[in-house]
Amino acid sequence: MKTDDLIDLLVTDTGGATPLAGRIRAAFAIGVAFSVLLLLATIGARPDLVAALATPRVQFKIGFTLLLALSAGAVAARAGVPGARLRAWPLALPALVLALGVGAELVVSPPGTWGTRLVGAHAAFCVFFIPVLSIAPLAALIRALREGAPDNPGRAGAFAGLAAGSLAAAIYAWHCPDDSPLFVASWYVIGMAIVTAAGGIIGRRALRW
Amino acid sequence: MIDGREREWADWMRRAIDGDADAYRRLLTAITPRLRAMARRRCDQFGAPPSEAEDVVQEVLLAIHLKRGTWDPARPLGPWLSAITRNKLIDSLRRRGRVVNAPVEDLIETLEAEETGAITDRLDVERVLGGLRDPQRDIVRSISLEGRGVRETAERLGMSDGAVRVALHRALKALAAIYGRESR
Repeated sequence: MKTDDLIDLLVTDTGGATPLAGRIRAAFAIGVAFSVLLLLATIGARPDLVAALATPRVQFKIGFTLLLALSAGAVAARAGVPGARLRAWPLALPALVLALGVGAELVVSPPGTWGTRLVGAHAAFCVFFIPVLSIAPLAALIRALREGAPDNPGRAGAFAGLAAGSLAAAIYAWHCPDDSPLFVASWYVIGMAIVTAAGGIIGRRALRW
Repeated sequence: MIDGREREWADWMRRAIDGDADAYRRLLTAITPRLRAMARRRCDQFGAPPSEAEDVVQEVLLAIHLKRGTWDPARPLGPWLSAITRNKLIDSLRRRGRVVNAPVEDLIETLEAEETGAITDRLDVERVLGGLRDPQRDIVRSISLEGRGVRETAERLGMSDGAVRVALHRALKALAAIYGRESR
């Protein structure tokens, strides 16, 4: 094919110029909508959700995971831009919030209760269901990032996985009766780590361009 | 000189994203000879034929086009263009079994290639078209080889303008995949 003929095609095609950041935001919206419906249709929200939302532990649980989702989403969007310097500082804030939450819990709760707070009631289910709720957000984010051009596809996929996993965690928190920051710092983090790893593996193949 | 070029290219790209096809053509026409110089230099190093360089040029042009949504118009164009070029050039040469071990220069600072000899391509147009499905194949043929516009193509194929545009965009994505496959 002649290069001049190819240029004729390129200048005629007006599609696909949508900014990547807009695509990522749309993927977030689709992922949230789908996974909220999935949660409500299966295990449902906890019966005392309204009262629980007024407690600092539940506020921490939802606030931390949402903050992490937004930060990781912003990093994932940057990771899709060729030549963009990736800065990890957006992730420092949620990490600090998590550390403060764990510290506060250790201060206010008697050491004898740390074990039961850490293990909680439904640790295994939490580690299982966060990845389930992350399937739709991860698929939407990977699809959006396929329009990007990541320098490192695996890394971009991992950040998409972290964003999807923490979004799923924020939604799972509506159901989850285990409210201790110790539980969040262990089981939630394990669930999110699984999704991050899955995103990295998927990204290595799906985000090559 | 390079700053002037950077401003001019960025301006053309902004107008291209807003739908100005003439500005886009000026940009791609300015980029192509520089890209060709880079690709030929690389292929010379490996003793590869210049026709291989032309395939690399086309692959990079397709990537610039398909990924232009990742450029932030508030930022300079040069670093973005160089990153796309570097990634795609290295990737394309590696798939052809060539290992790039010297750093890739900035596209915007590269001089144009002297036009020595005919510009030949290895991927024969019929082979490229053969990888596309209908109506993508007819649309690509109509716009590139026969030089028709979208409206005229749509009328001839009995499609709406919008359907032709959608199919053209899909065809370009498919084309990028074909280049990736053919050089493996």
